[in-house]
This record gives sequence, C-alpha cells and structure tokens, in this order.
Amino acid sequence: MFNIVHAEFLAPGIKRFLIQAPRIARKQKPGQFVIVRIYEEGERVPLTIENSDPQKGTISIVVQSLGKTTSLLNSLGTGDHILDVVGPLGKPSEIKKFGTVVVMGGGVGTAMTYPTAAALKQAGNRIISIVGARNKELVILENEMRAVSDVLMITTDDGSYADKGFVTDKLRQLIQNGVPIDLVLAVGPIPMMRAVADMTRGERIRTLVSLNPIMIDGTGMCGGCRVLVDGKSQFACVDGPEFDAHQVNFDVLVQRNGAYRSQERQSMAEYRRELESQLKSTEAEGNGVCVVKGSTL
Amino acid sequence: MTAPPKPSLNPVPVKERMKMPRQQMPEQAAELRAANFTEVNLGYSEELARQEALRCIECAKPACTKDCPVGVKVYEFVQLIVAGDFAGAAAKIREDNVLPAITGRVCPQEDHCEGGCLMGKKVKPLGIGYLERFVADYEQRMGVRNLPNVPPSGKKVAVVGSGPSGLTVAGDLVQKGHKVRVFEALHELGGVLVYGIPEFRLPKQIIREQLDYMRDMGVEFETDVVVGRTVAIDELLEEEGYDAVFIGTGAGLPVFMNIPGEHLNGVYSANEFLTRINLMKAYKFPAYDEPMLDLHGKDVAVIGGGNTALDAIRSALRLGARKAYVLYRRSETEMPARAEEVKHAREEGIEFHMLTSPVEFLPDGVGWLGAVRCVRMELGEPDASGRRRPVPVAGSEFEIPLSVAVIAIGTSANPIVQSTTPGLGTDKRGYIQADPETQRTSRKGVFAGGDIVTGSATVILAMGAGRRAAKSIQEYLTTGEW
Ligand SMILES: Cc1cc2nc3c(=O)[nH]c(=O)nc-3n(C[C@H](O)[C@H](O)[C@H](O)COP(=O)(O)OP(=O)(O)OC[C@H]3O[C@@H](n4cnc5c(N)ncnc54)[C@H](O)[C@@H]3O)c2cc1C
Ligand code: FES
Repeated sequence: MFNIVHAEFLAPGIKRFLIQAPRIARKQKPGQFVIVRIYEEGERVPLTIENSDPQKGTISIVVQSLGKTTSLLNSLGTGDHILDVVGPLGKPSEIKKFGTVVVMGGGVGTAMTYPTAAALKQAGNRIISIVGARNKELVILENEMRAVSDVLMITTDDGSYADKGFVTDKLRQLIQNGVPIDLVLAVGPIPMMRAVADMTRGERIRTLVSLNPIMIDGTGMCGGCRVLVDGKSQFACVDGPEFDAHQVNFDVLVQRNGAYRSQERQSMAEYRRELESQLKSTEAEGNGVCVVKGSTL
Repeated sequence: MTAPPKPSLNPVPVKERMKMPRQQMPEQAAELRAANFTEVNLGYSEELARQEALRCIECAKPACTKDCPVGVKVYEFVQLIVAGDFAGAAAKIREDNVLPAITGRVCPQEDHCEGGCLMGKKVKPLGIGYLERFVADYEQRMGVRNLPNVPPSGKKVAVVGSGPSGLTVAGDLVQKGHKVRVFEALHELGGVLVYGIPEFRLPKQIIREQLDYMRDMGVEFETDVVVGRTVAIDELLEEEGYDAVFIGTGAGLPVFMNIPGEHLNGVYSANEFLTRINLMKAYKFPAYDEPMLDLHGKDVAVIGGGNTALDAIRSALRLGARKAYVLYRRSETEMPARAEEVKHAREEGIEFHMLTSPVEFLPDGVGWLGAVRCVRMELGEPDASGRRRPVPVAGSEFEIPLSVAVIAIGTSANPIVQSTTPGLGTDKRGYIQADPETQRTSRKGVFAGGDIVTGSATVILAMGAGRRAAKSIQEYLTTGEW
C-alpha cells in the first residue's frame, strides 16, 4: 500500500499526486517512470515520475483522466492509498552538456519533460521550453518550467492563453530564425511527437521522444511494450522510454496502442454508468460522494 | 540410499501388487473443462490414494528418491500413506520439499521419480506425483502446520524473486532461525507459478496457501521491488544489513522469432498472453480491468512445444477460440511438454501441427494479424541438444488463417540484476554463473539458482538449486568462510 500524501488538481482532469514511496524516491532519475495498480481488480499503468524527494521519501506523478484507470486514480485524494507502485523503471534520460536543448511538452507531457529539463539545466545547457495545451485551463507547470528554462514559450490550440497555435509552430520559428539547436526532447501525444520528428529530421537535429506503449510488468518480461525503432524490436520499458525520434515507427506505435480500444471504451462506459448510479444513490441519501470503495470500483 | 525398513506394512503380496493397475486420476470431462478455468485434475480420494500406495513393490534400490532433484523420500512417504498416516506422509515430504502441493501438480514426474520406477517396466509407474499431491492437499485441508521452533540466529538473508527457487531458499533458511525477506518485482508472489501456469493446472489458491504457510513460518515478503532498480544488491548487503543474498530471478525475457509481421496486433509473446490471463485475470474482463482480445470465434495458434505453449493454447481454447493449433517445428517425440499436458490438450481438441515453422505473420489489412505463413520441416542430423535438427523443406510454404498467434519458443535471462551488480559473473547468454554444488556466484555472500542460472528448466530443478543454495548459505552464515 502506498500512501497519497497530497493530491491537487493542476488543471481540469489533470491531477498531481505526492506519494510516499521511499525506495523509489531514493533511486529515481529524470526520465524514469512507475507502474501503478490502484486496487485488486485494476490494470497496471505506467506513469512518469515528475519529481522525487529522497529525504521525505516521496515521489510525484501527474495524471490526466483519459480512461477508466486514470479517471479512478484522479478520484483519489490526500490520505487515500494506491495498492501498488513499482519503480523507478526505464532508462534515465541522458544528462550531460549538449548546448542548446529545446524541451517540448504537449499537454500532460509537460510534466514528463519537467524533471529532465531541470536536470539538463543543472548540467549547464541552455533550455528553450515550449509548452503546449489545448486551452488556457490546461496549461500546466508554467512556473516550474519557467524556473528551469532560459526561454519559455507557451502555445494554446485555441489562443485562449499566450500564443495561438501548436508547439511545432514555435519549433519551426526557432529553426527558421537559425537558432542553433543541439537536442530536441519532445513528450506529448503521438501526433505531436511525430510532427516534431518530421520537422527536425531534415535539419539533422538530434531528437528524442518518450514513448507510451501499453505495458504490463515494466521489467522486460512480457514484450507487450515492444516498439519498432530503426526496424528493430525494442522494449520501451527497459530499452526506453526515450528513443531517437527519427528512428521510431510511429505507425506501429499507433496501431499497437489501439489494440484494446473497444475494451477500453467498454470499461470507461461501465465506470461512468456506475459512477452515475452511485451519484444518484448518494444524492438521495444526501451524503458526499465516495467513489473509491473497495471492490465496487 | 539405505534399504527400506522391513517388514512391510503392505498386506498385498508383491506378486499381486505387480498386477494392480495404476489408479487413474479423476478429471473433469474434456468437453466441460475446455470451456472453464477450473482445475483439470480433481485429485485422488483417500481410497484411491491408499490403493495406489499399495502398488509400491518396495524395491531394494529405489530409483525414485535418487532421481528426485530434491531427494524426496518417496518410499517412506508412500509407506506412511499405506499406514493411513497422511499428515505424517506430508511432513515426510516437507523435509525435502517445501512446495509439495505445487510439485505434485506440475513436476514432469516421467523424467524424475516415476521415470525409473520398476513398476513402470511391468505395468505403469507408481503415481508418485498424484500421491504427493494427495497428501499435500490433505495437509492443507486439515490445516496441518509444521512450524519451525528454533532460536533466532541474528542473521538476515535477502531472497530476490519469489519463484520456486527463491521460495525454497526462504523456506529452508527460515527454519534455521534466520530472518528471511523475499523481494518480488511483481505485485503477486510465486513467479512463473502465478503469472505463467494457468489456473486449470495450478489453482492460484494453492500457491496462496503455500505462501501463507511460509508467512506463518516467519518469512517476510515485499512485493513491488525490482531489485537492481528499486534497490541494488549492494545496497541490500551494505546498507540494509543482509548477510547473504540469493538471486532467483528466473528466465523471464520473451524470445521473439524476428520474422516479418511480429508487430501486428494479435501477435503475443506467451509471457504477455499468459500474464494477462493469469496475473491480471484478463479472462474475467470487465470485472478485472486488464483487457484481453475477445477470442470467441477466432482462430488461434501457439508456436512452440513446451509447457508454456500448451498452457497458452489451452487458455485460448477456454477463452472461446474456434480453432486452437500448436505449431511445432520438430516432431512429437521432441516436444518438451509434460506427457500429461499433451494428452489433456489432445482430449480437449487442440490440433497439433508438427514439423511446421512460421516464416511470416500476414496482416489482415487493418493492422491485425490475418494469417501465418509456415514452412514444413524435416528432421536432419542431431544438434547440440541431441535432438534431430529441423530443416525447412524447400517449396513447402503454406498459409493458415489466424487472428491470434502466441510465440512460445523460449525465454532468456532478464539482465536487470546482472547489469546493476558490479562483479557478478555471467555467461555468454547473460545467465548468472553459479557453482553447481554450492550455488555461489563470483560475489562474496551472493548466491544464485533456478532458471537465472540454468536457463528455463523446471519447477523442481529450480527448487533443487534453492535447496543446495540454502545449504551453502547456512554454511557461509555459520562459518563466515567463502
Ligand atoms: C507457462 C509456463 C509453464 C510451465 N510449466 C511447468 C511445468 O508444468 N512443470 C515444471 O516443472 N516447470 C514448468 N515451467 C517452468 C518453471 O515454471 C520454471 O522453470 C520455474 O518457475 C523457475 O523458477 P525460478 O525460481 O528460477 O524463477 P521464476 O519462477 O521465473 O521466478 C522468478 C521471480 O523473480 C522475479 N524477478 C525477476 N527479476 C526480479 C528483480 N530484478 N527483482 C525482484 N524480483 C524479480 C520474477 O518476477 C519472478 O516472480 C513452466 C514455465 C512457464 C513459463
Ligand atoms: S512492459 Fe512488459 S516487457 Fe515492457
């Protein structure tokens, strides 16, 4: 059992959890992730570690409600427990002095770039961060990112905050303006990472992306997380999650991530129905809503 | 091996015993069980067990104990069954084997205790596995516990991995008064026994009971610890005060075929397929969240001929597969699976295609598997394993329509511990090098055994290694000598 020391929403549907996990906190390095299972009947999902405090023995993760498991997780709060948290998994990001590094975070991907950006900054790199979100409400970690960046740019799809457009628009500007770039790190939705890769390929700018295939164990045991990189099979949980963006076969990633789409929809629909019926019955009783209740989840 | 004590308790004259048929294991009917995950074998009744035990001819030089990797005193426990002392029989087995309910179910007895049984030359070997299972289940039902009563030694031992090798080490050493803690990467304990071998062959309840027994003996367990990532071996030794470490991390890495189309949806490693079903209970979706492809009306094939392959395909059948094939590149005599599993699989309607090897997975046009292209094989000269090497027959390619393919052609060493433990010697293939007698590694205080040393083998061989390791850890802890 892992205790949630603190939980807060960063944006609608995006929550940050501070979790008591002393062993993981001691060992975590930027770029690594944990696998979480919330309750007995739950699935195992990978989540990037945003930060850790070895002294306090805590790690933080940032979760966006997408399917049933992430929605459930986001219904938990301070004082609740998570059944299993295992990690730190995956290869840490390579931290050294590259020169100028462009760090691009799309949506909740920003939280995943944050620890690496901070470490790269510490290593003496010039950090240009580009943070993108659908709208103003969904821009996260602005202050944190600003603190570790020499330049911070923000885009929103609808222009409700900062500049209207996509993170790739900013990258294109940088390239067009002749800004020398030694490394690009892009983490976000697959279409965004693919677009970044396409943009930097011709420019021969080294580009890393953090991949998010379906995982189970996270230790190299199942092979379910295999991705095609440079025509070869790699296990994202042990060989990654960061890979050379120009070598990644994004089509295979999209195809494999869609394998359980219909089951995922079914899970989510049933979860919603259950939530609604619970809401109705608790409203009738005039009680507060308790979403997480043992195996009724 | 000392000669068995005489006179015999067995009232049946030896000549008569030699004519007695082997008592059959009661089992679920094939049509029924092919659609459920309940255990296939139902177990002997007391009556059947006694009858079967009476068949032991008490030979002067029994091969059974000699051929058992942990040296279970077969003759003695069988005589205790004859005498009706089932709890005593269980205690007798436990002297050498801490997991009898498990080995009684999954050991390849034909290769060990039953392989050299003299009765096998006349009629059929004594049902030693069935008898072992019977007394272990009896002990469980009666809640019999043989708890250690030893003063604490003040020593601490860390066991990495909760498969049969690790559990054996833990069980043996806790009985010597040491503080033993088992670290497991997954959220469940048991290794392959829980994530690999399916419910219909080894009910998870059995493993849970064995683990409870070990907890009662004083073994501590910590799940969600990937040693090498969450904590290093050196940290266990230097910072957490462990006096010795045993590594039993298994051969967990799936081997793929490296043929075109392996990335299509619907192509699984056996590890993933079985983990989804066993560990994550995907067969209970949506009650459990882990999804599994709906196999109803689909054609499924497994590639390989071992226990893993049969477990996977029989699981697929139970999940509703319309056709369920085994594609194996050698012939049936080379199949490494337990004889009983092959028999059960056939009865359930699994189709075996021998001398068949896939060369390509073909897409259905929308990112899913649609068919597999295979080539026929013929057996050539014997290879390094002594088995005749399969060679492709030119121009013999053909296709089988398929929605799901499960690759069960073997596993390799998981490198996480090796790559994070400086000075730990490994062989060319990445397995940990350990002395075959003492299970000592190149690092002082660090022992290893089971599949991580030998490559994938069997439960009982892993337990045998655990047994030897426990013995030499005990020696090391008392003498301090390396
Ligand atoms: C599907 C299947 C069916 C089988 N059927 C049979 C059968 O019928 N009869 C038979 O005798 N044998 C069978 N086998 C083989 C048998 O299960 C293995 O030989 C045996 O389990 C090996 O035991 P082990 O202790 O070496 O490792 P494992 O059982 O593999 O256990 C290793 C454990 O270590 C854990 N681990 C790995 N790395 C780490 C780490 N870094 N930190 C912490 N923990 C870690 C793993 O999660 C696992 O729990 C089968 C195998 C499979 C896969
Ligand atoms: S998640 Fe199982 S191998 Fe990567």
